[in-house]
Amino acid sequence: WESFLPSQVLVQPVQLICLYAPAYHLILEGILILWIIRLLFSKTYKLQERSDLTPKEKEELIEEWQPEPLVPPVPKDHPALNYNVVSGPPTHIITVNGKECINFASFNFLGLLDNEKVKVTMIAFLIRKQVNYLRFLHFFSQIDVHLELEERLAKFMRTEEAIIYSYGFATIASAIPAYSKRGDIVFVDEAACFAIQKGLQASRSNIKLFKHNDMADLERLLKEQETEDQKNPRKARVTRRFIVVEGLYMNTGDVCPLPELIKLKYKYKVRIFLEESLSFGVLGEHGRGITEHFGINIDDIDLISANMENSLASIGGFCCGRSFIIDHQRLSGQGYCFSASLPPLLAAAAIEALNIMEDNPDIFQTLRAKCERIHELLQGISGLKVVGESFSPALHLQLEESCGSRENDVKLLKRVVDYCMNSGIALTQARYLEKEEKCLPPPSIRVVVTVEQTEQELDKAASLLKEAAQSVLN
Amino acid sequence: MKNINAMLNCTKLVTLNHIVHNGGLYKRPFNEAFEETPMLVAVLTYVGYGVLTLFGYLRDFMRQWKIEKCQNATEREEQKDFVPLYQDFENFYNRNLYMRIRDSWNRPICSVPGAKVDMMERVSHDYNWTFTYTGRVIKDIINMGSYNYLGFAQKAGTCQEAAAKVLSQYGAGVCSTRQEMGNLDKHEELEKLVARFLGVESAMAYGMGFATNSMNIPALVGKGCLILSDELNHASLVLGARLSGATIRIFKHNNMQSLEKLLKDAIVHGQPRTRRPWKKILILVEGIYSMEGSIVRLPEVIALKKKYKSYLYLDEAHSIGALGPSGRGVVEYFGLSPEDVDVMMGTFTKSFGAAGGYIGGKKELIDYLRTYSHSAVYATSLSPPVVEQIITSMKCIMGEDGTNVGKARVQQLAENTRYFRRRLKEMGFIIYGNEDSPVVPLMLYMPAKIGAFGREMLKRNIGVVVVGFPATPIIESRARFCLSAAHTKEMLDTALKEINEVGDLLQLKYSRHRLVPLLDRPFDETTYEETED
Repeated sequence: WESFLPSQVLVQPVQLICLYAPAYHLILEGILILWIIRLLFSKTYKLQERSDLTPKEKEELIEEWQPEPLVPPVPKDHPALNYNVVSGPPTHIITVNGKECINFASFNFLGLLDNEKVKVTMIAFLIRKQVNYLRFLHFFSQIDVHLELEERLAKFMRTEEAIIYSYGFATIASAIPAYSKRGDIVFVDEAACFAIQKGLQASRSNIKLFKHNDMADLERLLKEQETEDQKNPRKARVTRRFIVVEGLYMNTGDVCPLPELIKLKYKYKVRIFLEESLSFGVLGEHGRGITEHFGINIDDIDLISANMENSLASIGGFCCGRSFIIDHQRLSGQGYCFSASLPPLLAAAAIEALNIMEDNPDIFQTLRAKCERIHELLQGISGLKVVGESFSPALHLQLEESCGSRENDVKLLKRVVDYCMNSGIALTQARYLEKEEKCLPPPSIRVVVTVEQTEQELDKAASLLKEAAQSVLN
Repeated sequence: MKNINAMLNCTKLVTLNHIVHNGGLYKRPFNEAFEETPMLVAVLTYVGYGVLTLFGYLRDFMRQWKIEKCQNATEREEQKDFVPLYQDFENFYNRNLYMRIRDSWNRPICSVPGAKVDMMERVSHDYNWTFTYTGRVIKDIINMGSYNYLGFAQKAGTCQEAAAKVLSQYGAGVCSTRQEMGNLDKHEELEKLVARFLGVESAMAYGMGFATNSMNIPALVGKGCLILSDELNHASLVLGARLSGATIRIFKHNNMQSLEKLLKDAIVHGQPRTRRPWKKILILVEGIYSMEGSIVRLPEVIALKKKYKSYLYLDEAHSIGALGPSGRGVVEYFGLSPEDVDVMMGTFTKSFGAAGGYIGGKKELIDYLRTYSHSAVYATSLSPPVVEQIITSMKCIMGEDGTNVGKARVQQLAENTRYFRRRLKEMGFIIYGNEDSPVVPLMLYMPAKIGAFGREMLKRNIGVVVVGFPATPIIESRARFCLSAAHTKEMLDTALKEINEVGDLLQLKYSRHRLVPLLDRPFDETTYEETED
């Protein structure tokens, strides 16, 4: 067994190789072996260049570093710091800062905040069950009231399915990122509200703004996108496109031209998401929103989102549409999955409010008449112009001429508002986060019309505003 | 004597590396344990998922070739040539794995979810694609899934009467934002109370807990700031951090060495490419992590925060009301001062039986948030009956309503927690988390056991919550029990008996560190032999 000695086993083949292999082969192998040995023993290559600081230098840097204060100090007279304190419920007659006024500032369009029937239903519900229930949505928190509310809303809006959120802001801000992801394209109106902007930011998609209500601008953007698509058809086949518009814009009081949008939808194959917070319960013969107002088939809109905090005078929001679309949010809507559900008491209030809406369809006509009346009365105030459609219950009064800076405009409008408040009409300025908005609207006074306001009160408000404008602006 | 020694030896085995050595920082033992997944179980779990995936492909194939009926909702005919809304693969998990055990989730209930709950019975004739309600109600299911730590989700009581009064006066909604016409006197009352409860200068309340995080973190930090966030932070914290535009760096769960390394590197090297110094550094942690049941190492975090001059944002969604001798949260649990935490955030959803969130801190912070928080400007304020519920329950916990009910509940919760955890460990289940945390995750691992556990427990009238992927890592699915002060010892014993049975049936007792059972009666010198009761 001497032939099995290790040295022999190794030496013989090597000798054979050296004899029979060509020279260049041996040299190449030798170089490769040396290179491997070098790589094995060399230091690992670090991607991030670390400058060689000694521990002492590091400690000095740590000591020297001074962070900014967590929050910058806010001046005491900042207009947004001192809130109006409302004592008691924010109903038709409201007590603001101790003074009794007529409420022209709360979005209580149908007057359901103070409705006796709603209150009685809620108290009965409270006795049967309890105020809230606080659970993470998937587990033991879908109560029969929620199911009932979802069914009723779907039936009312004549869609297949509806889903309820526990907070109005979170509704559209969770719905958009559930469908539109990184790489998708969203065409959105410039005057879209802040909740839509946050939803778009969370979705990380490409945002393309088009001028407010300008269909020609939108078509231009869509055409540009089409030419882009032709250059890269593979990418185009997986890029989803959406248009996000509001039924009645919060920031300008206009309606969106929905029939033209539907035409563009089918021409360029874009899906439409409609935000109906202000128009739900306001527009249309039965209050079904802008689709009823224009007589459009509701299946043409992919997703309708609205909050229940305006017309329904409750808390929360809902999305409705076809099951194909809405069901997806049950697993991927962040505000739905990772949050507690709507307190059942508030869901019961919403159901009762829906009942009232269905039983009295003439309140929408009454509201519309009042909106048109005040719109007419407010024309011709020197120094202030009315912004908004004649049938929009939430109008803006902007300064005809700005006096230089936004700060001064805000101060001037505050004086007008204070004058009115002192004489018994509660108004408020429209509030915005100046640094965060994409297209900041000019400062304005918000005027809200509700069904509870009588004609005398509307007249009083209009004449008071005229007086205030006269005394403050001239 | 022998028994106690044996017990001490066994506990040492479990808690060996988890009692911290940072001497003076901790005033009480900190016992956290995350037992390792047994190798065989991990392999079998992967095999299980593999088999499910294969079957999933098979079923998709059959559905595509119309051999099997497709139950999915589909796109409209007129829109078939639009770009598809969902990627096929995104829904693969939903169609083939989630759908099979979908009946364990979204179970509708029809009573107050207190310690016991009534559930609507539902059956499915087509393998969970649709459900029909039989009309029967399953009564008195022991509720181990709701976050009802102090038992305020109850039918009758002072909370309910107060809420009814406020309801008839104020109505349900507010119809305006905080800065416009939505700031009611009730809100101011609530905020003063919250500030007193937490021991901070000032506080502000918001309408939704999730939104409190996602709308206030962007107001505090922006571009040029650094956020250090725990690995297992809640989706609301992650969303808030992303929306702020700051740089986010993740440190390993509850790992102080990882956090210190990140802090050091951040200050020494500055911003990634420009090397400018960071404007500020914000550390995001939670009081109790609800998926793991672990408690944050707050004394160490505060020591690090002070050393490196950063700011701390503490999310006490689960720990407020549930920890601490008087229910003031994780800060009181560790005996620290609330002034050390820069931003104390929490929710009213879990321990107070209401909805909404709050942030507490110094007056400058709250003034700034009143002016610049997204929620104050654009979102509706809290509903008045909800506010009243919070005020009543908070006064109850603080003892200001003149009774001892609050204190008794806090103590009951602590006792329930310790008892339940100890018994489960004795039985041999793998339980994650800290000994004092009322959230108890019990590991299931295998996908089939997720559905089986939920269904078996429901058969025995116990309602539990099971969690799987994607809320947890793929092989670490678990059942999560939430204890409550409303659970009596009898209820816990019943639940434990059933869990024991199901554990034997499904072979869930994976733990290899078996604790010797503790005698339930105090040791008495007159007994010579230990006898089983």
